[in-house]
Amino acid sequence: MFISFVFYTLAAVLVASAIMVISARNPVHCALFLVMAFFSSAGIWLLLEAEFLAIVLVLVYVGAVMVLFLFVVMMLDINLAPLREGFARYLPIGALVAAVVVIEIVLVIGASDIDLPAVGDIVYRDADYSNTKELGTLLYTVHLYAFELAAAILLVAIVAAIALTMRRRSGTKSQDPSRQVAVKREDRIRIVSMPSSSDPEHESSERRR
Amino acid sequence: METIRQYVKSLLLLEMLKGLRLTFVYMTKRKFTVQYPEQKTPKSPRFRGLHALRRYPNGEERCIACKLCEAVCPALAITIDSEKRADGSRRTTRYDIDLFKCIFCGFCEESCPVDSIVETRVHEYHFEKRGENIMTKDKLLALGDSLESEIAEDRLADSLYR
Amino acid sequence: MSDLLINLFGWLPANLFLLVETLLKIALLLVPLLITVAWYTYAERKVIGYMQVRIGPNRVGPKGWLQPIADAVKLMFKELIVPARANRFLFLIAPVISLTCALAAWAVVPFSDFLVISDINAGLLYILAMTSLGVYGVIIAGWASNSKYALLGAMRCAAQIVAYEIAMGFALVVVLMAAGSLNLREIVAAQEGGIVNWFWLPLLPMFLVYMISGIAETNRAPFDVAEGESEIVAGFHVEYSGMAFSVFFLAEYANMILISALTVLMFLGGWLSPFPLAAGLPLIGGLFEPGVHWFIFKTVFFMFLFLWLRATFPRYRYDQIMRLGWKVFIPLTVVWIAVTGIAIMIGLPPWFD
Repeated sequence: MFISFVFYTLAAVLVASAIMVISARNPVHCALFLVMAFFSSAGIWLLLEAEFLAIVLVLVYVGAVMVLFLFVVMMLDINLAPLREGFARYLPIGALVAAVVVIEIVLVIGASDIDLPAVGDIVYRDADYSNTKELGTLLYTVHLYAFELAAAILLVAIVAAIALTMRRRSGTKSQDPSRQVAVKREDRIRIVSMPSSSDPEHESSERRR
Repeated sequence: METIRQYVKSLLLLEMLKGLRLTFVYMTKRKFTVQYPEQKTPKSPRFRGLHALRRYPNGEERCIACKLCEAVCPALAITIDSEKRADGSRRTTRYDIDLFKCIFCGFCEESCPVDSIVETRVHEYHFEKRGENIMTKDKLLALGDSLESEIAEDRLADSLYR
Repeated sequence: MSDLLINLFGWLPANLFLLVETLLKIALLLVPLLITVAWYTYAERKVIGYMQVRIGPNRVGPKGWLQPIADAVKLMFKELIVPARANRFLFLIAPVISLTCALAAWAVVPFSDFLVISDINAGLLYILAMTSLGVYGVIIAGWASNSKYALLGAMRCAAQIVAYEIAMGFALVVVLMAAGSLNLREIVAAQEGGIVNWFWLPLLPMFLVYMISGIAETNRAPFDVAEGESEIVAGFHVEYSGMAFSVFFLAEYANMILISALTVLMFLGGWLSPFPLAAGLPLIGGLFEPGVHWFIFKTVFFMFLFLWLRATFPRYRYDQIMRLGWKVFIPLTVVWIAVTGIAIMIGLPPWFD
């Protein structure tokens, strides 16, 4: 009873915020609604006893990815009017893409080898059952090949992204912090030992003042 | 070798620890905070606080309305009006110092040929209403009267160096 | 404790009883926590004052002990000003988000073997998630204020927190590898033994990385560029006044205490005694039993360290903060993951055998 109440609340919030993501006028509001959508889906996953996935969704998507999103969206000075102009023009192609996606989902769910009703209700485990450990075991044994492949692809993506954006311009006067940090006293000052002043003329002029 | 030494030094945060030790040593040192309203630091006889107008011992006000202070005031804080009194001497009818403008530079005091306008040691004062920031002649004279002995002492102490 | 509860509320239905029990636990945690926060601000002013050869606040109450109350009363009665053209809803919800995230993470922090609100098996992950959410309060505050300084502060804060979150996460991965559990109670249990058995020794670089990242994460000096008084006035909370400002303040200090507590739990054996053999001593032996007093003692030391660091170091330059996060800490943590992996493989005593 209580669980289905929580589920329907979260689902309603999820759907509503997902709609707001695409219909809110302000891009920052859109991003914040997306955060809310992530939160609601994390809640639903928690109901399904997938606490690792739920927390990781919050940690990775909400805590890191959306922060960067917001970071960019806030700095952009978006003029909203031109963005809204082409709505009618792009509607047919948008509808087409949406229809294709819906058909794909239906096909996947309706496929005979994924029998959703047969999955049945959630099995509620006791508290010391570690979802994380089970996932880890599965990932590093059964799905090891796919997992390593995904990791390699991500690594390549990181390297590519850095390689594409990093360019060294010659002649910039940027500082090199590691060199600045490594500076020692001997590099900057020289202590010269000089005899103390015994010049009589100098001394007398000092005294006169 | 040098690079390795550098790495070890920075990874072990040696310089940070040195800094931390220094602040810790200072934390345990004796404190010298003056508990202000109860304790006060000694003031110099040259202290430049609130202004006052002085009188001669016979009760005659010193100011002769020469307006040197008005002329020298860098903040244009002083306003003087004058007229001839019945006995033929020139005296001020108005001597206003706007304390919002005044920067307490002491030039008025320096320029005064008769040691009339002086700056006293009073520095604890406040205003509660608009207009109270204008020190009028009456207020200046009253302050001078009440602090005459202290003012005279301070001038005497400083006279050696003038 | 629980007997008393059953006597008082035993007549309630089971669900409601659970609710009351949880609420009571939360209150029992939060009230002392918020009181600690209040006097932590006093301690900060005193400690920094002493390090600067001053004596700090000493007017309200004996030795200034009532200063936090005076501050709280002052802040409560100040006007809350919402800037013109600010987003009112987001402006007001931002401090609430900050405080919620700072306090929510305390739900899984164990004070001793049994003193914990919620002993969940993914505690470490939960804490990481909650602390990473705290940045939203700052970003939303910065954006909703409709002020350049606030936005700049929010930008700096977002970049800094995202950068240090990774190093922090990796440091926690190492702890997780060493302890073999995500549950904080089990992490402490894995450090069973005296001071040399705790994780600070085998994971010394991670201990430092975690501590420093924690300071950066809470936007404390020397990493307080998000506030940067001399550069961007007060950063993200420049437009806040009264209670909204003080809620940010509470969140910041609650986060500092949280980071101190987590450092103690993960690297310094939580409530374990440093010299368990001394427990056999007559008279003072009881002090050397593991217990909540050790946890509090160690946490207070790290809280002091936060203030000590603030009084000692000048503010980092922004590019150096980024360099430290990305170019020093992340490689260091990645290397130490490998080192710890090897140590666990060969079962290095006394930690991993």
